[in-house]
Amino acid sequence: MFARTLLFRLSTALVTLFGVAVVVFVLVRVAPGNPIAMMLPPGATEEDIARLTALYGFDKSLPEQFVIWLGGVLQGDFGTSITLRQPVDQLVLSRLPATLELSVMALFIALALGGAVAVIGARRRGTGTELGLDLGSAAVLSIPDFLWGLLFVLLFGVLWPVLSISGRIDPRIEFEFATRFYVVEGILRGRFDVVGSTLAHMLMPAMALALPLAAMIAQVLKQNLKEVLRLDYTNLSRVHGFSETAVILRDALQNAALPTLTLVGVQFTFLIGGTVIVERLFAYEGLGNMAIDAVINRDLPLIQGIVLVFAVLFIAINLAVDLSYALLNPRLRNG
Amino acid sequence: MADTTLTAPRSRNRGLNLRFWLPLFWVVLLILAAVFAPWVAPRDPLAQDLFLERLPPFFMKGTEPGYWLGTDSLGRDVLSRMIYGARIALIVSFTAATLTCIFGSVLGLVAGYFGGWWDTVISRLVDIWMSFPPVLFAVLLVAVMGTGLWSVIAAIVLIDWTRFARVIRAETLVQARMDYVDSARIGGARRISTLVSEILPNVLPSIIALLTLEMGIAVIVEAILSFVNLSISSDDPTWGSMIAEGRGAIYFAWWVLLFPLIALFLTVLSFSQLGEGMKQRFDPVLQ
Repeated sequence: MFARTLLFRLSTALVTLFGVAVVVFVLVRVAPGNPIAMMLPPGATEEDIARLTALYGFDKSLPEQFVIWLGGVLQGDFGTSITLRQPVDQLVLSRLPATLELSVMALFIALALGGAVAVIGARRRGTGTELGLDLGSAAVLSIPDFLWGLLFVLLFGVLWPVLSISGRIDPRIEFEFATRFYVVEGILRGRFDVVGSTLAHMLMPAMALALPLAAMIAQVLKQNLKEVLRLDYTNLSRVHGFSETAVILRDALQNAALPTLTLVGVQFTFLIGGTVIVERLFAYEGLGNMAIDAVINRDLPLIQGIVLVFAVLFIAINLAVDLSYALLNPRLRNG
Repeated sequence: MADTTLTAPRSRNRGLNLRFWLPLFWVVLLILAAVFAPWVAPRDPLAQDLFLERLPPFFMKGTEPGYWLGTDSLGRDVLSRMIYGARIALIVSFTAATLTCIFGSVLGLVAGYFGGWWDTVISRLVDIWMSFPPVLFAVLLVAVMGTGLWSVIAAIVLIDWTRFARVIRAETLVQARMDYVDSARIGGARRISTLVSEILPNVLPSIIALLTLEMGIAVIVEAILSFVNLSISSDDPTWGSMIAEGRGAIYFAWWVLLFPLIALFLTVLSFSQLGEGMKQRFDPVLQ
């Protein structure tokens, strides 16, 4: 039964992915402006133009171009960036780790912050504290990451300058990275100055990304906790003499967490989507920042590659959430 | 599961009406500022004066009388630019949100009520659309269509219709199973008229709440596009372009960033609170 679910979800994901590829391709190809003209130095001859047009395949019909492009993509060939003159897959892979580390850090912050607020709210249910936390999280939820980012730039970058507002790591640190996962590599190789500097650069953008999600987690998890706390089995723990906080952490949290985790999974893709503008804001060298440059420079192959990578990431996360929900939920496990 | 969060504010409607009236006050203030900008703004928002560049706001030292919120790096008056900026913010907000709402809601109603192929195609489109990072999608769309007011509005509609389509589809599915729909059909009503006269009024509160929310979102999208220099022409004062300018000059003139940022915060917060309030006000079940 589970195999059938798996097969069904996989096939829908593939259909979605194909749709994404078509939309990206069409969108980028109908863009006005001749990218070839922008690449050539002044005084280029007709022959140069024809040669480059053929090189990038712009002389063929659109369906032909699509088939060629898709065939290449399936073999891992995303083409060559027009402005940076490097293979797109290398460029994307060099930036993706930065975005992943930022997103995961933001996710952890959101879980910790939202979880803590939810537990406090559930512990103090029916009091002014709960009301205050509700109002606070409703307000925090309605402000998007872009505005939080700007606020942090202003507060902790300028008015009280304790954190760096641009880049990924202090440029004065000398360290030969073998990978692009700065935090992971720093930890593995025991260079905690590297880890510290990277985390300090990531803290504000990660906070900006995390706050709306944290507020959502706080609301949903608290609601689920309150429902679970009405059930008899928690009363049993109270009779056994456990404090209310212990009941929440020991008994309720486990059962309240499942619906919250499904929500977090879906919202995580929105969080990753938010990195595009937040990275721009903090001049953080990730995929999103590169994507905006690519759009401004009309670097078609690079745009296509980046959007596709984001789409694969989103579809994979949604698929993983769906499947793990089916696996974890006892009611769905057998059919 | 999602419903439980939406029911939370209902229990405490008395005494907290400020949550409805304060946001409304701010939005009305914005509308007035936008409409009467030429009379309200103390100066020409485009007039540059290099002798008066980076003047601080009124509560700091070294200020010039009449420049309440200071000036930017080109000596332009921040307050006047904010007042004129409200125009584009509100035009984009109302137009884009309304069009998004119509487009997305119609698709959601059709998918939810007619089901079958309609539902399959629309739901698959929503899936495809949600696989794009929205900001990147918006930037790409504006780059494709060229900058300008209508490109920005079109980009917002083309991205955010999924928000309406998803929610309204789900609500329509629920409503379509209700007895009153069957009664209408047994009474001889055609499907399309059942949809319009029976189901639509019942999903309208959600549509209105989403619409109000979308107005806040549209303001942000416009600001983001201005921030990456892809919105309206760079001559028109917008909050987003002021923020981009302020981010660049943040160490010399932080107030250029601060004041439009406050305006954006208040506007987004107001629209989302109004959305909540509207939902409670127009929900036939709650009345």
